[in-house]
Amino acid sequence: MKWDEFFVTGEPMIYAAMVSIVLVSIAIPVGLTYFKKWGYLWREWLTTVDHKKIGVMYIIAALLMLFRGGVDALLMRAQTAVPNNGLLDGQHYNEIFTTHGIIMILFMAMPFIIGLMNVVIPLQIGARDVAFPRLNAVSFWLFFFGAMLLNISFVIGGSPDAGWSAYFPLASLEFSPTVGNNYYSLALQIAGIGTLMTGINFLVTILKMRAPGMKLMKMPMFTWSILITSVIIIFAFPVLTVALALMMLDRQFGTQFFAMQNGGMDMLWANLFWVWGHPEVYIVILPAFGIYSEIIATFARKNLYGYKSMVYSMVAISLLSFLVWVHHFYTMGHGVMVNSVFSITTMAIAIPTGVKIFNWLFTLRRGKISFTTPMLYSLAFIPIFTIGGVTGVMLAMASADYQYHNTMFLVAHFHYVLIPGTVFAVIAGFHYWFPKLFGFKLNEKLGKWSFWFIAISFNVTFFPLFILGLNGMTRRMYTYSESTGYGPLNMLSMVGAVGLTIGFILLVYNIYWSTRYQPREVTGDPWDARSLEWSTPSPVPEYNFAKTPVVDKLDAFWFAKKEGKPLTEEGSYEPIHMPNNNGQPFIMGVAFFFFGFFMVFSWWIPAIIAGLFILGTMTYRTFEQDHGHYISVEEIEQTENALRGEKK
Amino acid sequence: MKKKWLLISSFLLMILSGCDNPLLIFDPKGPQAKTISDTILFSILMMAAILFVVYVLFAFMLVKYRASKLADDYEPPHEEGSKWLEITWITIPVIIVVILSVVTVRSTLEVESTPKAYANEEPLIIYASSSNWKWHFSYPEEGIETVNYVNFPEDRPIEFKLYSYGPISSFWIPQLAGQKYAMSDMVTTIHLAADTPGSYMGKNSNFSGKDFAHMEFEAQVLTAKQYDEWVQDVKDTAPKLTEEEFNQLLEPGVLGRKTYTSTHLEFSPAPEGENAGHHHGDDMDMTHETESDMHGEHQHN
Amino acid sequence: MKIDHSLPLEYSTEENKMKILGFWIFLGAEIVLFSTLFAVYFTLQNNVGNGPAGSHIFELTPVMIETIVLLSSSFTIGLGIHAMRLGNKKAMMTFFGITLLFGLVFLGVEITEFVTYVHEGATMQTSAFLSALFTLLGTHGAHVTFGLLWGGAILMQVKKRGLTPETANKSFIFSLYWHFLDVVWIFIFSFVYLKGMM
Repeated sequence: MKWDEFFVTGEPMIYAAMVSIVLVSIAIPVGLTYFKKWGYLWREWLTTVDHKKIGVMYIIAALLMLFRGGVDALLMRAQTAVPNNGLLDGQHYNEIFTTHGIIMILFMAMPFIIGLMNVVIPLQIGARDVAFPRLNAVSFWLFFFGAMLLNISFVIGGSPDAGWSAYFPLASLEFSPTVGNNYYSLALQIAGIGTLMTGINFLVTILKMRAPGMKLMKMPMFTWSILITSVIIIFAFPVLTVALALMMLDRQFGTQFFAMQNGGMDMLWANLFWVWGHPEVYIVILPAFGIYSEIIATFARKNLYGYKSMVYSMVAISLLSFLVWVHHFYTMGHGVMVNSVFSITTMAIAIPTGVKIFNWLFTLRRGKISFTTPMLYSLAFIPIFTIGGVTGVMLAMASADYQYHNTMFLVAHFHYVLIPGTVFAVIAGFHYWFPKLFGFKLNEKLGKWSFWFIAISFNVTFFPLFILGLNGMTRRMYTYSESTGYGPLNMLSMVGAVGLTIGFILLVYNIYWSTRYQPREVTGDPWDARSLEWSTPSPVPEYNFAKTPVVDKLDAFWFAKKEGKPLTEEGSYEPIHMPNNNGQPFIMGVAFFFFGFFMVFSWWIPAIIAGLFILGTMTYRTFEQDHGHYISVEEIEQTENALRGEKK
Repeated sequence: MKKKWLLISSFLLMILSGCDNPLLIFDPKGPQAKTISDTILFSILMMAAILFVVYVLFAFMLVKYRASKLADDYEPPHEEGSKWLEITWITIPVIIVVILSVVTVRSTLEVESTPKAYANEEPLIIYASSSNWKWHFSYPEEGIETVNYVNFPEDRPIEFKLYSYGPISSFWIPQLAGQKYAMSDMVTTIHLAADTPGSYMGKNSNFSGKDFAHMEFEAQVLTAKQYDEWVQDVKDTAPKLTEEEFNQLLEPGVLGRKTYTSTHLEFSPAPEGENAGHHHGDDMDMTHETESDMHGEHQHN
Repeated sequence: MKIDHSLPLEYSTEENKMKILGFWIFLGAEIVLFSTLFAVYFTLQNNVGNGPAGSHIFELTPVMIETIVLLSSSFTIGLGIHAMRLGNKKAMMTFFGITLLFGLVFLGVEITEFVTYVHEGATMQTSAFLSALFTLLGTHGAHVTFGLLWGGAILMQVKKRGLTPETANKSFIFSLYWHFLDVVWIFIFSFVYLKGMM
């Protein structure tokens, strides 16, 4: 590799990005020094093992990645808004839609959901932290540095350019000779290991740390959805681990797995990728279903309709999610038999999903619906997501898919699933749980403005793509000629994309405005909600619950409020055991970043040194003795009195 | 909200009526594309019915149970769920899925075999291979080869045999048939026939790198007579395709049209039969389950 | 930290119980990982390109040695855990030591085997079949190597700190890991070597 190839050159936008990266990386340390915040940052955030703070860091990272992926999306829409546009060249466009896909799925949707589950799950089951707090921090830093590694590819070495699914042989060294796809295999690998650890951590947390009396069938629906999601993560992510490892071996060590000669099989990659990739879709959708269930029940002021069938349908979806991957490539020339079987399994997913939709609708029946911002997102989800769902059934039909495959129809479909499904859900959840974390609500008026912008613009952006697809416009085309007639609808879509941008800007402005001006909230239960997290004061103290709550039914907190009974047993406080903060997860994350970076450029000696350093941190960990610390009764009393403003 | 739904339903109407400028997919010019177009229209109607039910229920709940319309002291009841309702909304979707499954299997079978009306006729076989970023069409019967355009006669079954000299690409002539992948180590087949002479847009629909957007070709359907004339004309005027020239054609880039009087199949055979990608260097019979699962029937064609 | 003395040491605290459950789940993920590698291997096992097939390079003797050694090590680590439950630190350490020694022998034989393959011209880059073979065996071998380091670290801790809830927990979890590697090897032995030699 020559040095002039090291930095990406020749694109004004990339120079601008470089300059802003340099400015930001100077501004951050200067700012930290000026405000004397180094110690604060290290003690309170970089070394934290508190699930709430880790959750907040996940959400901040996800918002940053939403910005990056959103800029990618805007550029794509701008490039295709008019025929024969010269804003981007083919290579640049290819890199942008590739990173848009990777970032939005893996570094925006997933961490946003993992952030919310970090914040909420221990609170919702009455626990003081997750099962393995230190491992949780490791998970976060692996995700974070994996995401950073992928992002620097933009300015150093070049971004991956073979699509987010990186099909071989296009992604092989022969057809994609830059280091872009090395970044893909390594950055996703590092982040993926973190995600796998999160899955294990939350499965154990939910199985072992629920409050006394909270049987599985008395768990809140969001907790259920995370339990099932964790299981999917544990079964799906190792497949990605293997696929990415084989990709790295093929590209950097000359193996022949997906090669075009010597017995390699390019379709093997597609199979491995989607055996992970389809369950991945449900990893980001099921928690969204959980969030909606919580919010709809809260603001309809009614218990969730058909609780049991909600649980069973999620279990059914999770099982089916592993049996449908072939529908991503019906056109690969399987026999009619194979395609038919996978058509049927795919369509079958609509049945449990339909059950959920009807259960939500009937939760609303005889309810008392108040239209708060989180509720608006949850309500808008139902009609919009249903379009995504029914078009999914249409795509599931193998014969019809021969005409939809690779077209804008498909693009419209999965955006209709993922945006009202996942993105609306995380925004709704963000508004809903925000006061729990920070002690004040986001402003409702601004929230509703941004909701209407986002919901309407979403449809303006993506509905035209259905029609473009049916008119034969394929995806991933950086340009098209005027005679195709694709121009006007693409322009309409661009208008929608601008509207979406305004909506998201309003959302961010709302965070800023509310932080400064919103009145503080003192009850800890601003929405008059139903599950255990609302029994804690806001913001939640480090130890979550001064006394462990005791539960006898679903929505125990709701009934305790109504009947005026306490949720905890009589008795005084006891000292609470908590884990110590530790800097090792962060250091380990940094080491993984350098390891990945050196590997990307095949700089073996530095990579080996970084690898040994990682092994060293693990060795240090196994010899370390850290038994945590106790919070004394006086301290608990002080904290509780300060937060609740009364003696309890 | 209401305005949005109005917009959507008018869009749907526009598609269904297919007024003056019908969408490509709903403007089929051959039996295979027609089958798929009918299947899609049927599924759209079915899905519209589902959407209708959901939207009516949704609107009803929102109008009737909004807090502003209810008494201040109204307390929503505690409801566990209803067995009958749940049975209903499981049974009806199951029936819908069964119907759609039957439609899917039948239509898939139909488009994956020679069009019914021409079942007794001998198909014209054309090898279509892709390389970055062009299409090569070889006519083994006639012994001619073209680049970036393909001519064939109307009212005769055509079989396109697909493979690739590079990344996976997808062969697609939307008005004649659905698409299928062309891959480097096996041959896949598209069956189609054209009812009407004319010029149709064909393209690679599967992303394959830098100039993917320009990887289009023209599929020209001629009458039988015109077709024979064209073949004769090619034989009279076009040069032979040498291995050297073919290797040059394979170099990445965008090309115009080319015509030759011999095919590359002679020196660079398609990856089928003993030339298939996975069958090198071992004389044992090695078709085993996993592989045949992935490749389906074409592995053994 | 509450210690429940009615339970074996490795299960005696809440934290220990969660760690064991967590590790079982991790092994579940490891099963998926190895299953995927096996699936890749089965898919590619006949795609030998211009390289040798399995039947040309596999030799029974080293594979038998590897199998016997690894099976024995699974037995000795079982004895080690038994000794740990009886509170016999010295016996436990001896058995763990023997286990690691067996692991080392296994690794040595495997490396020799790899070197032989490479000398016969069968490298990871030769064909898809060999890529899959080396990756499957190599992943297992890397797990054994990591196990040797990990087991060594645990032995040092037991020596220094004795049998505490913490060290017992680590030793027990390590034994799960070691048994798991043995199970994976049995699959490799049967479905890669024996089937490949037939």
